[in-house]
Amino acid sequence: MKLGSKNLRLAASALLGLLIAVLPLFLNSYWTDVCVSIGLYALLALSLNLILGQAGIFHMGHAAFYAIGAYTTAILNTMFSWPIFWTMPLAGLMAGLVALVVARPIIHLRGDYLAIVTIGIVEIVRIALVNDIFGITGGSNGIFGIGRPSIAGFRIAKSIHFYYLVWGMCGISVLLFHFLWHSRLGRALNYIKADDVAAEGCGVDVAYYKLVAFVLGAFWAGMVGTVYAAKMMTIAPASFNFMESVIIFAVVILSGGSQLGVLVSAFLFIGLPEIMRSLTESRMLFFGLAMMLMMVWRPQGLLPPLARSYEKIVSSLSKEAETKGEK
Amino acid sequence: MDFFVQQLLNGLAVGGIYALVALGYTMVYGVLKLINFAHGDLFAIGAYLGLTLLVSCHLATILPPWLAVLCVFVLVALMVALIGYLLERVAYRPLRSAGRLSAVVSALGASIFFENALMLIYGARVFVYPDFLRPDFTLNILGFSIPGMRILVIAVSVLLMVALQAFMLHTKTGSAIRAVAIDQGAARLMGINVNRIISLVFLIGPALGGAAGILVGIYYGQIDFLMGWSYGLKAFTAAILGGIGNIPGAMVGGLLLGVVEALASAYVAVAWKDAVAFVVLILILIVRPTGLLGERTADKL
Repeated sequence: MKLGSKNLRLAASALLGLLIAVLPLFLNSYWTDVCVSIGLYALLALSLNLILGQAGIFHMGHAAFYAIGAYTTAILNTMFSWPIFWTMPLAGLMAGLVALVVARPIIHLRGDYLAIVTIGIVEIVRIALVNDIFGITGGSNGIFGIGRPSIAGFRIAKSIHFYYLVWGMCGISVLLFHFLWHSRLGRALNYIKADDVAAEGCGVDVAYYKLVAFVLGAFWAGMVGTVYAAKMMTIAPASFNFMESVIIFAVVILSGGSQLGVLVSAFLFIGLPEIMRSLTESRMLFFGLAMMLMMVWRPQGLLPPLARSYEKIVSSLSKEAETKGEK
Repeated sequence: MDFFVQQLLNGLAVGGIYALVALGYTMVYGVLKLINFAHGDLFAIGAYLGLTLLVSCHLATILPPWLAVLCVFVLVALMVALIGYLLERVAYRPLRSAGRLSAVVSALGASIFFENALMLIYGARVFVYPDFLRPDFTLNILGFSIPGMRILVIAVSVLLMVALQAFMLHTKTGSAIRAVAIDQGAARLMGINVNRIISLVFLIGPALGGAAGILVGIYYGQIDFLMGWSYGLKAFTAAILGGIGNIPGAMVGGLLLGVVEALASAYVAVAWKDAVAFVVLILILIVRPTGLLGERTADKL
């Protein structure tokens, strides 16, 4: 496979990065907004990729953690007037904490059973928000009047500011998840995905690593929720329904599992319906059709991750052994 | 006490409908290990086709009501079965050798497609089933007066389930379906045409789903194009609850889910009934990880 060669992918990633960096120069504010939205989905998909693509956990409820993050930010900002960026770690922690509590007893469930439980989590979270749980979520109207974030006195308010914020976060996420993939954790997750029984047999604590991936992915989604709340300034339960989870899920599966694939697939999934806007009512009809056709056309996904190189694993293992020896 | 019994029967009626739809999920899962997310929308298509036949094709006016309903059941089952068959050929068969999750995305795409096709063809408003089809007699059993409609819905769904179970257990084709579900490769070696069996499952499941759609139309009197999502999700939950891939499990799961929901909306709050249903599901899965009747098989061993 020519496209699979490592250097070509590296070049493609660099090109994509450059393209994303200069793209706003050619876009009006409407299309900049569309690209912000693509960036948000790309971030969510990158975090889901850790759970679904790397660890192979059949998770269809990512919108739940996104919602928890967004609501944490909204509540802290509107009720306690916390600055937006201060709420971000807390939004992540809150989402991670909920993920930990709900996933702990169910993480060992077999694939499809886990899928329905995660769908259930989305529905439970949505219903709880609609029913104004604890009297702080504002019911089905949601929360409005969320403030704008600022970094060192610079107020992020325009689409273009959000564009660079979101895509900057994407860049950082891609790097972090890249290192994660090449770490002990990443190898363990891939092993579990390939064969969890064998992994367990080799002494990999399957439930522990799955839980780590799940909580980490949820933490990330929670932080993305913060950005979403700040961008929209108003949030409502309807934005975090099962359909959102489905789109994030489909972005990850279509990507094939590599990070470059996730970005490309986010552009396709979120950009395509925007381009088809002239079709108005029948837009989603063609969207569904496109989903089927794309999967039939490339069942393995757009860009599956490259195989790990043996030398690299050996060298990183020996490095790990060295650092342990030094201690 | 009367309130409780009424809620219980209401739950059983809704549960019977869930169970019929759940059978489609569980049968497809049995032979393909695929969650057919478009199945809920096949059920919705059944409800709409039924309405078209009854109203636009005037079946309800030219035939006596019971005959009209019977005709509609048969015709809709056939048409929805055909759509299910085509769906498998177009959207699932090309993905059979690929990863299972690819087919799931294809199924989700099909679901979005069907849902929007319904909206475009019929419009986004709520549609009303002709109400003279609703039998309005009440039965007096043990001092409780029970609407005949409830009894009929429960009876029809139980009848269909029993027929399906008899077919699965006592016919050659039924054994072939069970064989394919257990081991496709071995079934093929025994001379079973696996592709034909899979097509057959995609005829039976959607046919039952379509019938369930008409039942909902007659029972509740109204249908909308989003009902595929809500009922589909519930039915899938029911299939998981009973142990997916297991036919009696889908029946038990459907009835149980219907009763849980009815009691939750009666004694907790209507707004929380879906949440209660999912909480019960999660609790049951914690205790029994493969559902109520699911076998405890080890994967990949």
